Amino acid sequence: MSQIAFLGAIEVGLVFALVAFGVFLSFRILDFPDLTVDGSFPLGGAVCATLITFGWNPWLATLAAITAGAMAGGVTAWLNVRLKILHLLASILTMMALYSINLRIMGKPNVALLGEPTVLSVFDTLGVKYYYAAPIGFAVVVIAVAGFLLFFLKSELGLAMRAAGANPHMAKAQGINTGFMIMVGMALSNGLVALAGALFAQSTGNADITMGVGVILVGLASVIGGEALLTPRTILLALLGCILGSILYRLAVATALNTDFLGLQAQDLNLITAALVAMAIVLPTAKRAVFKPAGRP
Amino acid sequence: MIQVSDLHVCFGRGTPLEVYALRGVDLTIPQGQFVTVIGSNGAGKSTLLNAIAGEIQPESGKIVIGHQDVTQAPTHKRAKNVARVFQDPKRGTCETLTLEENLALALARGKRRGLRPAIKSVDNKRFKELVARLGLGLEDRLGDQIGLLSGGQRQAMSLLMATLQPIEILLLDEHTAALDPKTAAFVLELTAEIVEREKLTVLMVTHSMQQALDYGDRTLMLHEGKIIFDIEGEQRQSTTIPDLLKLFETKSGQGLADDSLLLG
Repeated sequence: MSQIAFLGAIEVGLVFALVAFGVFLSFRILDFPDLTVDGSFPLGGAVCATLITFGWNPWLATLAAITAGAMAGGVTAWLNVRLKILHLLASILTMMALYSINLRIMGKPNVALLGEPTVLSVFDTLGVKYYYAAPIGFAVVVIAVAGFLLFFLKSELGLAMRAAGANPHMAKAQGINTGFMIMVGMALSNGLVALAGALFAQSTGNADITMGVGVILVGLASVIGGEALLTPRTILLALLGCILGSILYRLAVATALNTDFLGLQAQDLNLITAALVAMAIVLPTAKRAVFKPAGRP
Repeated sequence: MIQVSDLHVCFGRGTPLEVYALRGVDLTIPQGQFVTVIGSNGAGKSTLLNAIAGEIQPESGKIVIGHQDVTQAPTHKRAKNVARVFQDPKRGTCETLTLEENLALALARGKRRGLRPAIKSVDNKRFKELVARLGLGLEDRLGDQIGLLSGGQRQAMSLLMATLQPIEILLLDEHTAALDPKTAAFVLELTAEIVEREKLTVLMVTHSMQQALDYGDRTLMLHEGKIIFDIEGEQRQSTTIPDLLKLFETKSGQGLADDSLLLG
């Protein structure tokens, strides 16, 4: 694998670590299987790219993308909490609606950012090579977000959110408004996914209506893969697992595509993805079977 | 003080599965009274508790907790005044969180939850003392996930969490029914001890007539959604299980078909 291909894998892996954080919040913390992600990722890209072409500051455009994603997550939560629509179905409804909304935002199936300023332009002025800029910049973002999540999930509000997801009966009996917790958690989750979409659009130079296809699967693969590698006994380990899972997933894809003797080509990507996701789901069970903890059947 | 007046609860009204769970329950529990509730399956014991906790919306009637009409309030808004221990130890505690985190959740009950750290060192010391008082050696395991504890230990923790903050009423919903006899006896003794120490107002549902008479100051029997008798003071002290059975037969006009009330 060339150095550029390696750095490219790290860069995309870091972007999808943000998706993995979002999926961790919805699937693991809130126990809410959320497919909104496939719509909120391109939503982030669409909002950010469109605003940048309108001449907005790229940082403000990224912030607007996060807000849009949070609102999408809020809508899914609202459909579930207030209208009592099954969580999975509620998220599919929002995802469907977002397809139309994303087309409306962009006005066409894709928006190019060639020559436009992005959040990575800072590195140009510093004279950093473009293939180093994105991995460094995104690493800073991922570490900052992980730090924030660690702080948040250990706060009073975060602890209440974890209880609301793990045991809603107990949470209500302890005075926690579980509906409100789902709203906040889903907004946070999809805000992060939209941030990932906005960064992805800025690093690849365009936002595309199809960029969200399968994002949920990749996010889930990262979360499950991370859990297989690190047993997530603490929040910190779970968050590190998300980052590690996401980067290793991208490296695995890059290796598969760059290894000549396998004869794999770019069009085989979805096949590789499916195989890796299946492996990531099976791996934890296999690991348990191989390394049985002492004293337990 | 708890005041329940003319409470009616009906499940599935208008459907073939319509069940009239409570048909006009009137009950006033003064501050500091320990009330035990018995009744056969389907008598409405759990429904009464659920209605007071806010899990069930009554069709009509009124529930007042400490001079505040809470009939329309959802569970989480009542939680400041109403604490509860469930029958299933898994329901009352959050198994993926640590002992300390569970206690922190209970400590914040009825307060605003913000972005301050959930576990503060000040609380940690207090938690250690409180948990040590249970006599289960759990004070050194505050960082363990509560799912690692046995059913009895978890029920003891539930009880501690329920009584961590001042409350108007403690609801105990057959909280020893899922435990083995020895553990059940321990949890009951612990309950009596905490209630005595904190001078709590308690409504305890039980399946056992013996428990209903042994603990508390007043005993109610529910039958088909109504309170069929209500004894306290001297009358209660001189009552035995055979007396209760006779009382049940005369009041309800039928024999008791449910053995579990006797055997429990």
